[in-house]
Parts: sequence; structure tokens; C-alpha cells
Amino acid sequence: MPSHDVMPDMELYQPVQVEDALALAARLGERGWLLGGGQDTYGWLKDRAKRAEALIDLNGIAALRGISETADGIEIGALTSLTEIATSPLINQRYGVLAAAAGRVASPQIRNAGTLGGNVSQDVRCWYYRRGLDCYRAGGNLCYADTPEGMNREHAIFGQSRCVAASPSDTAPALVALDASMVIRSENGERVMPAADYFVGPAIDIRNTTALRTGEILTAVRIPSTWANASFYFEKVADRNVWDFALVSIAVAMKLNGDTISDSRFVAGAVECKPRRLLDVEAAVRGKPRDAATAQSLGDLASRGARTLAHNQYKVPLLNNLVRRALHIA
Amino acid sequence: MNPQLTRRHFIKGVIFSASAAASGAGYYIASAASRSPGAVERLISLNVNGRVRRVDVLPQETLAHTLRYRLNLTGTKLACNRGECGACTVMLDDIANYSCSVLTHQVKDRAVITVEGLRAEDGTLHPVQQAFIEELSPQCGFCTPGQVVAAAALLRANPNPTREEARQGLSGNLCRCGAYDHYLNGVMRAAELMA
Ligand SMILES: Cc1cc2nc3c(=O)[nH]c(=O)nc-3n(C[C@H](O)[C@H](O)[C@H](O)COP(=O)(O)OP(=O)(O)OC[C@H]3O[C@@H](n4cnc5c(N)ncnc54)[C@H](O)[C@@H]3O)c2cc1C
Ligand code: SF4
Ligand code: FES
Ligand code: FES
Repeated sequence: MPSHDVMPDMELYQPVQVEDALALAARLGERGWLLGGGQDTYGWLKDRAKRAEALIDLNGIAALRGISETADGIEIGALTSLTEIATSPLINQRYGVLAAAAGRVASPQIRNAGTLGGNVSQDVRCWYYRRGLDCYRAGGNLCYADTPEGMNREHAIFGQSRCVAASPSDTAPALVALDASMVIRSENGERVMPAADYFVGPAIDIRNTTALRTGEILTAVRIPSTWANASFYFEKVADRNVWDFALVSIAVAMKLNGDTISDSRFVAGAVECKPRRLLDVEAAVRGKPRDAATAQSLGDLASRGARTLAHNQYKVPLLNNLVRRALHIA
Repeated sequence: MNPQLTRRHFIKGVIFSASAAASGAGYYIASAASRSPGAVERLISLNVNGRVRRVDVLPQETLAHTLRYRLNLTGTKLACNRGECGACTVMLDDIANYSCSVLTHQVKDRAVITVEGLRAEDGTLHPVQQAFIEELSPQCGFCTPGQVVAAAALLRANPNPTREEARQGLSGNLCRCGAYDHYLNGVMRAAELMA
């Protein structure tokens, strides 16, 4: 029987050592494609919207998996599955906001296969781009979404720069809220950068959602003890509770001193091309109690400066309300 | 029509020719690409439903494809082929996965269980299958193999789920007939049968 498969012809490498994967990534360059759980990858390849000559499957590298305690917090291997993160007692106890976010990704089966590294490195979900159209992000010179008739209900309300796509990752806002740092390796060595710098918007790089360069592999995510056991809040609003990406999400960490908030992180997802830290909100709630009055006093602070598109004005009240809810619910 | 053809083969032939005709460039006939050094070997052993089977697998091949078109295990359905429905759900080391969204070469060291592998040697149905019959869970039946495997995986991890836990456990399986509550009734009964 002839073999028809929607997967295009590709070579597959299955290294078991990080060094071998790094050598392959360097050698293959743009022709290679790193494979975590593949849950973002297969759509691109099956649709022929992006191509690769070879897949570098990272799943066989045991050193890239698992959750361990460090001198200052925890380290999560980039190949750790989202299910492991959502159900890890350690993460649930100390960094509940990350467990909650990982547990809201896609569906149970996708969380069983999907990795943290893939979740934070996935590409945007703009319809036009995913169809393979030659928009700005694909190297062309127009945006199909930012037009009066464009389907831009899911798109960004902040930080647009030619491209108006929104950040798709559920774990990304939680990692920014926890002041996580990303461990990146290449054949030339290792660099560690704050999660807040790992995610990049179109003004800095319109072709990539992260600071990763060809030949680099995200090997781990480190979470410092800074926010361990803080008060957390995570909420994701989506059309359906399963599969669908966030329309807006909010990840919050708060340190309480008695009744008042001494320090906090408020980070929103799906409102910009990268997680958006709400610095004005953080400043406004400092020294205030976590209650309804503080929530009300914020007004529309969270959404100030938003530039909405034809079909996503609803994200403005949604963002403001999610921020208020994080303060309401004790 | 050739009377020798089984219904299954006839349907397959129709599906293949229809897809080839309808999609043009959308479908590729994968060629035997020449291997580059360090890349995977095509002839591999797979542990499927407790049996080790030698099979020739392309590097990029998905598990759903191998199961259906090389091993003739057509109980696993392919519907969306993009991780959005659950019809292709199989167990990998007891964990539910979408077989349309995993490469066959990634499961070489794992135990694959498909809907065909759930009943006992003597033909006794798995408690989930039995309970789904008793509760009239399926309607059209297309999503059923995926629901059965997802439910079996859930009960292996959590033999005594609450209805809400069962709902979460089966939330990665779409049912176009909307028989969700009937499936949930089935899962709850299966948990009783297994107790
Ligand atoms: C139906 C469906 C629904 C979804 N819903 C959601 C959702 O609600 N929320 C959400 O957050 N996501 C969602 N996703 C997106 C995504 O599939 C998952 O988030 C998943 O976590 C991606 O991880 P992965 O390991 O499978 O990624 P992969 O596909 O393996 O990788 C994604 C990208 O990251 C790169 N990459 C992977 N690992 C590394 C690494 N270690 N170093 C460097 N680069 C790497 C890959 O090269 C690729 O470009 C959905 C996907 C599907 C198909
Ligand atoms: S929003 Fe970005 S990804 Fe979408 S069409 Fe415009 S440029 Fe392309
Ligand atoms: S066919 Fe695999 S999830 Fe739909
Ligand atoms: S029973 Fe028909 S799709 Fe579920």
C-alpha cells in the first residue's frame, strides 16, 4: 500500500547528549528544527506553512528533563512536560501560579506531550501567518490582521509594530511574574537571561518571538526563591476551556506584609506579543490591602495606553477586570 | 467491485484516492529519502499492545499513520490530524497521547496501547468498554475509540475519580454528537466495575 502521510519528508536525529544536539543545531543551522513535544511544530509542517529539512528531537536527552531544587529556588529542564509541571507537588506548593498556568494549556493530551521549552518558544497563532501568507512576520511587507476586515479579535492591544500578533503561551506570564531566568546553550557556551528579556516583540525582532538564535537550545528555566510561597493568582479567559488560547490571561504574585501588599508582579498574557508586565498596577497596589477597595481604585490603569484594533476592544475591560479579580479574591 | 475486497479495504481505497484527488499539493507521497549520518534507522521494533513488531517507519511518520496504515490497527481514528479532537488517542506507557501528534520514532522505547489492546486475552472487554455499552455512551461512535483509551488512561492514574475529575480527564476528546454526559456516566460506572 502506498504511504500517504500529511507529514512532509524530513530527516530525523535523536541525540541523547546535549552536546550532540548542540553540534547538530550548529551544523544544520536554518535547515534544522528543534523538536520538543512537537505540538506547535507539527501544525506548521503539516500545513506546509514552514519547512525543515531535519528534525532534532530533544526528547531522548535525559539531562534536559525534570524538576530539581537548587541553592536558590528550583530548576526545570526545558523538556519537562507541562503535565509534570502542573502536577508537581514542589511547584504546586511554592510556585502555584506556574502550576496553574501549565495546567491551563490546551488539553490533557497536549500537556502530556508538550514541553516547557516548547511552550515558551512557540510561535504566534495569527491565522494569516499560520496559513503561510507572506505577512511582515513571514518576511513580507504587509499585515493581513491589522485591517478593518481583518480577523484580529485575538490580537494584541499593546506594543504593535507592523505585526499585531499576541503572545500565545500560558506559562510565559507566570514565568515573568516569578522572575524566572532562561538558560540557553550553544556550541559557544551558555548564557542566562531574565524571562522578561527572553520574550521579544516585533519592534525588536519581527521574525522571532524569543531571543533564541539559530544554533541555541533552551536547556532549563530557573525560578529563584524570591516569590516562593507568595500569594498567587492565575486566570485565563478563552472561548473554550480546553484547546483554546488565552484571549487575556493574568499571572500575579504578591508578597503580603500583614494586610498590605509589600511587593507584587502583575503580568498579562495575550495582550501584547510578549507577556506584559503591568508596572503601573504594581506601583499602585504597593502598601495597599488586597481587597475590593484597592481593586476598585485601580480603574482602568492596567489598560492605559492600549491601542485596540477593529475587533478586540473587549480586551480592554477584560484586562482591567482580571487585574481587579486578582485583588478581590483572597 | 472486486468481491475479494473487504469493506475496510474498499473504504481505505476510496479515502486514499479522494484525498489524493482533493488536496493536490496538500498530500505528499513520502519517498525513501537517502539517510544522512547519525539520522534514525527506518527499520524499528515497536511494542504495540504487548507484542513487539518490526516495522519500516519513515523518519517523519506519525504514530497514527504507522498504526493505521502499516499495522492495520484501524481502531485508532484520524480526524483532525492536528491535536484538536482526540480521536487518535492512544496510551504511551499508560499516558494518553494524540497519536497524530507524536512521531513513531519517538515511541521506540515505550509501550503503545491502542483501543484494540484493551480487552483481555480471552476477549473479555475492558471495564471501560463494558461500561460504555451498559451506559449507551457512544452515539455515532466515531470518537469512541479515543474516549475509551482516554478513560482507560484516566482510570489507571486515578482509579476512583470524581465526576469533575473524569470530566477533566476526558476534556481532550471532542464528541460531535455531544454524548459527553453519557461518556461520563460510562467512566463512573467503569470505576465501579473496577473497584
Ligand atoms: C490544538 C492546540 C491547542 C493549543 N493550545 C494552547 C494553549 O491553550 N496554551 C498554550 O500555551 N499553548 C497552546 N498550544 C501550543 C503548544 O503546542 C503548546 O503550548 C506546547 O507546550 C508546545 O510545546 P512543545 O514542546 O510541544 O513544542 P514544540 O512544537 O516541540 O516546539 C515549539 C517551538 O519551540 C522550539 N523549541 C522547543 N523546545 C526547544 C528548546 N528546548 N530550545 C529551543 N527551542 C525549542 C521548537 O523548535 C519550535 O519552534 C496549543 C497547540 C495545539 C496544537
Ligand atoms: S499580525 Fe503579525 S503574524 Fe499576523 S498577519 Fe499581521 S504581521 Fe503577520
Ligand atoms: S486526529 Fe489526533 S487529535 Fe484529532
Ligand atoms: S459519538 Fe459521535 S462523535 Fe462522539
